[in-house]
Amino acid sequence: MSLLNGRALSLSRGQRPILKGVDMTLQPGEMLGLIGPNGAGKSTLLRILAGVIEPDAGELTLDGQGVGSLPHQARARRIAYLPQLSEIAWPMSVARIIELGRTPHLEPWQSVGEKDREIIDRVIRQTDLLPFRDRAFNTLSGGEQARALLARAMVTEPDILLADEPVSALDPAHQLDVMNLLRQHCESGHSVIVVLHDLSLAAHYCHRLQLLHQGITLAEGSAEAVLNDNNLADAYGIALTKGNGNALKPTSLPWRRLHKDD
Amino acid sequence: MIAAIRQHRLMLSLGGAIVITALLSLTIGSQPLPLMQALQESFGDKPGVYSLILTELRIPRTLVALLAGASLGLCGAVMQSLLRNPLASPGLIGSASGAALGAVITLYFGVASLFAYALPLGGMAGALLATLTVYLLAGRDGGTLTLILAGVAVNAFALALVSLLLNLAPSPYAVQEIALWMLGSLANVSRNELWILLPGTLLGWLLIWRQGRPLDLLTLGEETASSMGADLPNLRRRLFLAVALAVGSAISVTGAIGFIGLVVPHLLRPLVGYQPSRLLIPSAMGGALLLMLADMGVRLLPVEGEIKVGVVTSLIGAPFFLWLILHHRGRGV
Repeated sequence: MSLLNGRALSLSRGQRPILKGVDMTLQPGEMLGLIGPNGAGKSTLLRILAGVIEPDAGELTLDGQGVGSLPHQARARRIAYLPQLSEIAWPMSVARIIELGRTPHLEPWQSVGEKDREIIDRVIRQTDLLPFRDRAFNTLSGGEQARALLARAMVTEPDILLADEPVSALDPAHQLDVMNLLRQHCESGHSVIVVLHDLSLAAHYCHRLQLLHQGITLAEGSAEAVLNDNNLADAYGIALTKGNGNALKPTSLPWRRLHKDD
Repeated sequence: MIAAIRQHRLMLSLGGAIVITALLSLTIGSQPLPLMQALQESFGDKPGVYSLILTELRIPRTLVALLAGASLGLCGAVMQSLLRNPLASPGLIGSASGAALGAVITLYFGVASLFAYALPLGGMAGALLATLTVYLLAGRDGGTLTLILAGVAVNAFALALVSLLLNLAPSPYAVQEIALWMLGSLANVSRNELWILLPGTLLGWLLIWRQGRPLDLLTLGEETASSMGADLPNLRRRLFLAVALAVGSAISVTGAIGFIGLVVPHLLRPLVGYQPSRLLIPSAMGGALLLMLADMGVRLLPVEGEIKVGVVTSLIGAPFFLWLILHHRGRGV
């Protein structure tokens, strides 16, 4: 049985339909890439999955149970959402921002305990934020902020992590770092849905892609199946570049991350 | 850990300052009060003039300053956190101007002189009604900006109605009565005012109890907070009601007292690591301290009559606030 299941999800803003009956499924341990041109409805779909907005029609189930019927906090323990833009209202320290990610696991009268601290420390190390933990969030660079916000979502240890364009503001090295972290999250049995504009990154890292266009699913499946000439032309108005008569592979990344020991 | 110790230290210092200020506030006034003698009289067989001053005037006045100041500081912190905006004041959603309008209506129509509770009750009703209007206009599903704009509009309208009543006031005495009340003062506070202030204040505080966590989540933005389990519509309803009750009660009893709710959270925020939940109690304590100090200040000023405490808080608050903004501008706060 799939972990998350959406059927015929629809949403309109006024007269303008944004999602027109989109189906989606997510398996445990899977990393699903949502791709599509601007305005295709990717972010809207992600916000519906996060429980931030309600669809006008359609059904969304988590382990077979309606997501709408789950208490807010129970849902928040299982699904974490990393929005595209995060405006942090106050210059709190990085450690405190990340700590907030444990909130769904705490009762109103509880504060973070020993176990929570272990998780927080581990994620801070994983995301390379150790030198920044006591710094004010607003003094961090764009890349460091993106990692801190990802860390905030990771400490929730959600079954499903939803990330909306988590790499769009990052340089290539940090893009690879974030994608690797998301893959790591999957390898520990959790699942990830990530909205991406970089098709190469999507093809390289995701187990499966879902291509949205004008509020419907245009194609869905492996990178090779989705990123063919027809779909790329229909959705984006682009074609794969040909070199020596052969089309380049959409799945190949031209670079990899160097590490200190390389 | 260090943060927790710092927090405790801050609260202990504020608490100590409150106790000392409250004791001083009992002794200071047009009639210096020997506290020990007054206490002896109060607990003795024959109450004298000192014990009367103490129990009928000074204790109520000090307690009203403490409670009203605490409400203003607390609600300032609540509104700034809820709206994610450091310029939000407790009166932003209509509670203060609504209370003023309600109170002025009772003064204008002479109801206030009919029975003692008319003016504060009018103020409370005004506060609740104005806040409800803002909530219905923008609070249910509007964004923060809509909410702020609705608050500004309702405040402007309520104050316009106050001006209209001043304009139409039947006699110069009525104008003076209204204008003086609007300035904000604790001078004529008695036990009655204390009893009027208490229920709304405590109920408001109770509603804010344990809402620090969702306010923390709001730091990350409304959508993230709601994805992390915060029930924002419920939080808004609850805090609107809380602020209307607490600030409405305070303003109804004291008249308009500006800047405490704006300045105190600002001042204390860096000391609590900018975390909304850690700001609430210190802000309440800071507000209480500041209003007691201001009220003591007006009693000590060597001028004919007494300068109204609301005038003093604004007179000191406004330039101080400007300094704060300039000071923080470089840090992007």
